[in-house]
Amino acid sequence: MTATATDARATRTYAAHAQPAWRRILFTRETAVIALLAIVIAVALATVPNFDSPLTVTYLLRDVAPILLIALPMTLIIVTEEIDLSVASVVGLSSVMTGILTQSGLPFPVAAILAVLVGTVAGVVNGFLITVVGLPSLAVTIGTLALFRGIAVGLLGTTAITEFPEFWSDLAKDNIPGTPVPGIMIPFVVLAIAFAILLHFTPFGRSLYAIGLNKEAAAFSGIDVGRTKFLLFVLSGTVSGFAGVYFTLLYSNARGDNATGMELAIIAAVLLGGVSIFGGRGALHGVIAGVLLIGILGSALRLAGVTSDIINVITGVLLVLSVVSASLLAWLRRKRTSAIGKKKGRSAMSADSP
Amino acid sequence: MFSHDRKRRSPGTAIAAVALGAALALTGCSAGNGGGGGEGGGDGDGGNLAITFLPKNLGNPYFDTSNAGGEEAIEEFGGTFAEVGPSEASPTSQVSFIQTAAQQGVGGLVVSANDPEAICDALNEARDAGVKVVTFDSDTNPECRDLFINQATAEGIAKSQVDLIAEQIGGAGQIAILSASANATNQNAWIELMEEELAANHPDIELVETVYGDDDDQTSFDKTAALLQTYPELKGIISPTTVGIAAAARYLSTSEYKGQVALTGLGTPNQMREYVEDGTVTAFALWNPADLGYLAAYAAKALIEGEITGEEGDSFDAGKLGEYEVGADGVVLLGDPFVFDAENIGDFDF
Repeated sequence: MTATATDARATRTYAAHAQPAWRRILFTRETAVIALLAIVIAVALATVPNFDSPLTVTYLLRDVAPILLIALPMTLIIVTEEIDLSVASVVGLSSVMTGILTQSGLPFPVAAILAVLVGTVAGVVNGFLITVVGLPSLAVTIGTLALFRGIAVGLLGTTAITEFPEFWSDLAKDNIPGTPVPGIMIPFVVLAIAFAILLHFTPFGRSLYAIGLNKEAAAFSGIDVGRTKFLLFVLSGTVSGFAGVYFTLLYSNARGDNATGMELAIIAAVLLGGVSIFGGRGALHGVIAGVLLIGILGSALRLAGVTSDIINVITGVLLVLSVVSASLLAWLRRKRTSAIGKKKGRSAMSADSP
Repeated sequence: MFSHDRKRRSPGTAIAAVALGAALALTGCSAGNGGGGGEGGGDGDGGNLAITFLPKNLGNPYFDTSNAGGEEAIEEFGGTFAEVGPSEASPTSQVSFIQTAAQQGVGGLVVSANDPEAICDALNEARDAGVKVVTFDSDTNPECRDLFINQATAEGIAKSQVDLIAEQIGGAGQIAILSASANATNQNAWIELMEEELAANHPDIELVETVYGDDDDQTSFDKTAALLQTYPELKGIISPTTVGIAAAARYLSTSEYKGQVALTGLGTPNQMREYVEDGTVTAFALWNPADLGYLAAYAAKALIEGEITGEEGDSFDAGKLGEYEVGADGVVLLGDPFVFDAENIGDFDF
């Protein structure tokens, strides 16, 4: 009896995929977010006055650029089931460093590079505490969120530095000639392509999913989990440092409290874009669509005269729905799969019995 | 390994999309009907009289009053009033609203700046797009706006508050200042002048500390408590912000320091009425924010209609407030601060 059952199982053939290709491509979280983004844009274009002006594109992309930038490394970190809450504080710290170093007479490019390096060092601190000391990233980055912000505010006190070379602040604000697209999109697209290749087409990137799904299994299959995570936090710090320099130039304003609370906007967008907070799942195109969705929704609602509180409510509901829908569907699918399994089991049993 | 995730379908997300689209469509339509677009506000010779008020933050009674004054003025001259603003008063949070106003192509934007620099570029971009920019209550750098409506001279405000506290504590002792955010343009200017005024005319009064409540009720409340703990000899507090003085009064009125520690500053009669009546506060100062908004709206109208350009010496008509003249640096002065006390507080309702 048992022997026959085993044989039957051994000869069974498996399809390469549980679903046909078109379903696998169309029915993903990423596609859903992109579709939602398209719907929001279409509705806004049709109903919101002035949404179709080129100014909308310029302002929107300029304002979401820091979030877009930091969302890239944040995606990689969340895929490995870690989190970096200190990114906005690093933006603040890098902004203050840009200001102080420029004020002290350094040429702006040198000050900017040093400020980015400060971000890198902040990432090294995070990475060291998380991977070498072995503390949970949530606890560590809550700590460094306060620490880096404290240093930033402490360095500049309550003042702001507002004098920056016009060439550089114009560069941060200017559009790509002939288009309404701000110039910051060039470094963003370069970084986005680099991160997409890194995450989706390199062994390093694939190992992030393995770590996110099961750290121990990943370690046993030869992935250096500690080193991988360390690199991710350093990347995150560096990109946040760069975003800090951009933020400073965009508002011509170096202040300790710049970008306060931005970490939540970034994490929200990453989760909305289909990255699982439990790790092991997510793709960059979904994340970019998630950031743009939140940005465009806010922009369209503001243009329609909706107050910021209502915009927050709508964004919040959207996030909760996206998380709830994912969990609900997973639960429904489990129910269905187990029901089918039972049925198959029963029919197999009846076939076996004479 | 990923298969269970890969086949994740999203009818839920689709439902969210539809609901959201509907919400957007509805708000979009209502905005269209409400004239948020800014078109059609202009009359024959005038131009676009759609004027948007952008306070430091929404839900602040002071700005509710000033915006109501602005709305009254705009109704008088037949323009379109709109009010937008961030929920918290952070330096860069106003930028997106300024950009939105520029996109909408409004005629005038009346702003109280959270930061003199951070919104400068955004304001200049809006001006390039043809929007007339009037600042009120808290100014930006002069090159970023057409006019600034000054509620009172900084000297007048500083002096009236120092005089009030000196009178209330008998001209000697420790005092502290509870301010708004550390970068608030107007508060910082007043505090500096208060320090000068104290040094010059009240040598026996010692300013021990300036703390910042960020125009947040709870923070201001906590900072008041901390001040009284740190300085047991404290005799008075000046709070040159309406949120701060109300929070400080609420703390004092229920504490052992009630009547012992004097409190004055800038407050609104409605917020301060109960504390004046129960004796926590003897007197405080302010201008009439409704008049401030009213004047700002008329100034925006004069700019939009090309009646003035914001040059020194230009003069314009401001409805019930009469004739005003533009001073140096494009500043228009509303008048002297007004002192509210138990005698006259009943006459005011804002």
